[in-house]
Amino acid sequence: MSEQFEPVIIGFTCNWCSYRAADLAGTARMKYAPNVRLIRLMCSGRLDPTFVMKALATGADGVLITGCHPGECHYVEQNYKALRRYLLLRRVLKGMGIAPERVKLVWASAAEGTKLTNEINTFVEEIRALGPLGWNKKLAGNGHAVEELAVEEVAA
Amino acid sequence: MSAETKKPKVGVYVCHCGTNISHTVDVEQVRDWAEKTLGAEGVVISRDYKFMCSSLGQELIEKDIKEMGLDRVVVAACSPHLHEMTFRGASKRAGLNPYLTELASIREQVSWVHTDKEVATEKAKAVVAGAVERVVQNEPLEDIRVPIHPDTLVVGGGIAGIQAALEIANAGFKVYLVEREPSIGGHMAQFDKTFPTLDCAACILTPRMFEAGMHPNIELLTWSEVTNVAGYVGNFTVTIKKKPRYVIEELCTGCGICVEKCPKKVVDDVYEAGLGYRKVVYTPFAQAVPKYPVIDAPNCTYFQKGTCKACEKFCPTNAIDFNQKEEFINVEVGNIILATGYDLFDARRVSNYGYGRLANVFTSIEFERMCNAAGPTSGNIVLRDGKTQPKSVGIIHCVGSRDKNYNNYCSSICCMQSLKFAHLVKERTGATVYDFYIDMRTPMKAYDEFYQRVMDEGTLFVRGKVAQVTNAARNEHEEGKLIIQVEDTLAGKQRRIPVDMVVLSTGMEPRHDAKETSHLFGIGCSSDGWFTEKHPKLDPISTMTEGIMIAGTATGPKDIPASVAQGAAAAARVLDKILQKEVVLEPIKASVNQEQCSGCRICNGLCPYNAILFHEDRMVSEINPALCQGCGTCVAACPAGAINGTGFSNAQILAQIDGLLMDVNLAGA
Ligand SMILES: Cc1cc2nc3c(=O)[nH]c(=O)nc-3n(C[C@H](O)[C@H](O)[C@H](O)COP(=O)(O)OP(=O)(O)OC[C@H]3O[C@@H](n4cnc5c(N)ncnc54)[C@H](O)[C@@H]3O)c2cc1C
Ligand code: SF4
Ligand code: SF4
Ligand code: FES
Repeated sequence: MSEQFEPVIIGFTCNWCSYRAADLAGTARMKYAPNVRLIRLMCSGRLDPTFVMKALATGADGVLITGCHPGECHYVEQNYKALRRYLLLRRVLKGMGIAPERVKLVWASAAEGTKLTNEINTFVEEIRALGPLGWNKKLAGNGHAVEELAVEEVAA
Repeated sequence: MSAETKKPKVGVYVCHCGTNISHTVDVEQVRDWAEKTLGAEGVVISRDYKFMCSSLGQELIEKDIKEMGLDRVVVAACSPHLHEMTFRGASKRAGLNPYLTELASIREQVSWVHTDKEVATEKAKAVVAGAVERVVQNEPLEDIRVPIHPDTLVVGGGIAGIQAALEIANAGFKVYLVEREPSIGGHMAQFDKTFPTLDCAACILTPRMFEAGMHPNIELLTWSEVTNVAGYVGNFTVTIKKKPRYVIEELCTGCGICVEKCPKKVVDDVYEAGLGYRKVVYTPFAQAVPKYPVIDAPNCTYFQKGTCKACEKFCPTNAIDFNQKEEFINVEVGNIILATGYDLFDARRVSNYGYGRLANVFTSIEFERMCNAAGPTSGNIVLRDGKTQPKSVGIIHCVGSRDKNYNNYCSSICCMQSLKFAHLVKERTGATVYDFYIDMRTPMKAYDEFYQRVMDEGTLFVRGKVAQVTNAARNEHEEGKLIIQVEDTLAGKQRRIPVDMVVLSTGMEPRHDAKETSHLFGIGCSSDGWFTEKHPKLDPISTMTEGIMIAGTATGPKDIPASVAQGAAAAARVLDKILQKEVVLEPIKASVNQEQCSGCRICNGLCPYNAILFHEDRMVSEINPALCQGCGTCVAACPAGAINGTGFSNAQILAQIDGLLMDVNLAGA
C-alpha cells in the first residue's frame, strides 16, 4: 500500500435514497474510494448526533451523513430535522476543537449512484487533507477524554 | 457487549456470488478471519459458499441453526434489498426468529465498487464485523399483520386508470375513481385515430368510459382532487375535494339545454387545445362520462356580474345551483393506484420552430383535434385560417425530446404519432408530406409494418434534426411558405424545404404537479418528475411505498397498449392484496418507555404522522404504533433515551460502529 494517509470514514445512509444509490453504484460497477463504511438507517432523521460522536471517538477520521433531497424524504420532512441537527453538530464540534469539516451532509436520491460516488471520493480527499483525527487514542478505557500525554505515560 | 446475558452463538456465511464477490474479495480469508477474530464477539462458525442464496446455501444455514444451536446469523453477500427476505426465511424455517439475521453487503458495497483485492478484503472484514456486532444486539421481533380494507382508490381517469378501476370492480370490489377534469377519458379522448391499427379512439374508448361510469362497484368522483392522504397500506384515509359543479347531479338528466342556452363562449384550452370554443356551462365532449355539465365559474357572467342565469331559467329539472360550495369527503381504502398521466411539452420553448409566432405551425395535440370529426374543424385538415387545405405538410419528430436543452429522454410515442399524422394528411388531403426524424423508433407489435405502409404511401422521409422553421423567404418558391431548414444527414447536405403547414410532434412531460402528487402520496419521483417504480424491470407498477401502485404514463412515456397493460397489472396487484385480507409489515416502530420519559415533549412535534400523543395527566408521551412509520426521528431526539426504535435501536447502531471500526482499534492497540 502507498504511504499516503488512508482515512477511515463512517457513512450514514437512508434506506430509501442514499443506501439505494450505493446499491445502484454497485450494480453499475462504479468505482469509489474504499475508505467509507456504510451504515443503513431508515431515514436521515434517525441520525442521533451521538452516533457521529461515537464514530469519531472510536477512530473514524470523518463522518458522511446522507439523506433524501429536501422535499423528497420518504417520511415527509425528516431530512430537514437531520439538517438542523447537522448544523448544530458542526458548531459543537468546532467548540470541541474538531474541524467541523470532518462531518459532511450530502443529499443523494436512489437514482444518484454517480452523485454518491463523486461525493464519497471528494469527501475522502477532504479528510485526507485534514489528516488523521486519532480521537480513539485520546480516550481512556472508560470513554472519557484524557490528556494525550497522560495516555503516553500510562502506556509507558 | 452484554456480559450478563448468555453468550450469543453467531454463524457467519460468506458468499462468493459466483465470482462477483470472490474476484475482488478473498472470501476464504474473510471466513477464517471471522471465525478467529470475531470469536470473542460470539462467532462460533464461519463458512463460505459459492451461492449462499441457492437452496443448498440456505440449507447450510438451516442445518447449522438446528445442529449447532446458532441464535444469530450473518450472511455476507449482496444488498439486503435483494436477499434479506431470503435469508430471514431460511432462519425462520430452522426455527430462529427471522430478525436475528443480518445481511452484510460485501457485493454492492465492496466487490463491485472497489478494485484492489487486498483493500477490498480488509473492508469486507470491517463490514462483516459491523454486522456481527449489530446482530448480537438484535432483538427477536414479530411481523406486524394489519387487515386490508377491500376498497381501492384510483387517481386519474385516463385509459390506464379506467382499466385499473374496471378490473378491480369486475372482480367484485369497490373502487373510487377520482378525476380532476369534468369527465374521465384523459388524453385518449382527444384523439381521432390510434396507431398502428387506426381504429377510432372514441369507438374503443367510449364503451370503457361508459362501463366505468355505470359500474355498480365504481364510484366516480370527477371534477375532484385528493387533498390529503393519511395512514398506510391496508388502511388509508383519503380526503377528496369535490369542486362545485353548480349542477345538482341527482337532478341533471344530461339533456344539454343549459349548454345550448348559455350565451357565452370561451376558448377551450384543455380539450380543444386552444383550437376551438366551448360554452361556459359545458361538458368537455359529447361522450363525456359523467354526462353532467359544469359551470366554469371564473368565466360565468352570473359569477362576474350577478346577472344572466340563462341556464337556470331553461333547465327543465331545476338542476342548476349557483350556491354549491366545494365539498370535502373522506374515504377509507386499502390500496391506491396513481394513473395521473402526462402533460405535453410546451412547443413554445423551442422558439426556433416558431410555434405561437408562425400561424401555421401546429402542435401534435392541435393536429389530433383538427383530424377529429367532432373537433373544431370537423375533421378537415386546414390552415389556421380555417379553410385552406395545405398542399404540403412538414412533420417534425422529437420536439422537446432527446435534447439536452429540454428533455433528455425519448418520448417513445412521437415517431408513431408522426407516422399516423403523415398517413392522415395523405388520406384526407393528398398533400405532399415531409417527415423529419432523427432516428425512427418503431419497435412494438405492428409498428414497423405501419412505418413501411406510410413509406409506400409516398411520405418523404428526411433524416436530420430540424434547425429552424422560418417564414423568411430567400426566393419566390419560398414566398408565403414556412421554410424548414434541416441538415439531411443521409444526403449529407443542408436543405430548405418550403411547406404550407408544420406539425410539431411534441413529447410527453411529467404532469406539472407530479412532484406535489408524489409528496402527497409519499412516493418517489425522478428529478424529471416521473414516478419511480419499486423496480424498473421486475416491479414496474409498485412503488417503494406499500399499498401505492402506479400505472400508465405517470411513470414515463408509453403508448396506449402499455398503459392499459400497466393499469391491469396494478389492479392485479391490488386484488392480490385484497384477497390476502391482511398485509405483513416489518416491525420497525418506535415506542416510549413510560418509566424513562420525562415529559419534555421534545418528540411531540417531530412526527410527521402525529403518531406521538402526550398524556397530560401522567405527563408522558406515547406512540401510536398504528400511525408510526418507523423513521426513527423521535428516537434520535429523545434526550432521556426513552424511545426505542426496533430494528434500528441505539444499541444496534452503536455496536455496528464498533464493529466497522474494529480494525482501526486493533491496529492502534
Ligand atoms: C398527440 C398524441 C397522439 C397519441 N396517439 C396515440 C396513438 O395513436 N396510439 C397509442 O397507443 N398512443 C398514443 N398516444 C399516447 C397516449 O396518449 C397515452 O399512451 C395514453 O393516453 C396514456 O394514458 P394515461 O391514462 O396514462 O394518461 P392520461 O391520458 O394523461 O390520463 C390521466 C388522467 O388523470 C387525470 N389526472 C391527472 N392528475 C390528476 C390528479 N392529481 N387528480 C385527479 N386526476 C388527475 C387527468 O385529468 C387525466 O384524465 C398519443 C399521445 C399523443 C401526445
Ligand atoms: S422526547 Fe423522550 S422524554 Fe421527551 S416526551 Fe418524548 S419520549 Fe418523553
Ligand atoms: S419513529 Fe417517531 S417520528 Fe418516526 S413515525 Fe414513528 S413516532 Fe413518528
Ligand atoms: S427517508 Fe431518506 S432522508 Fe428521510
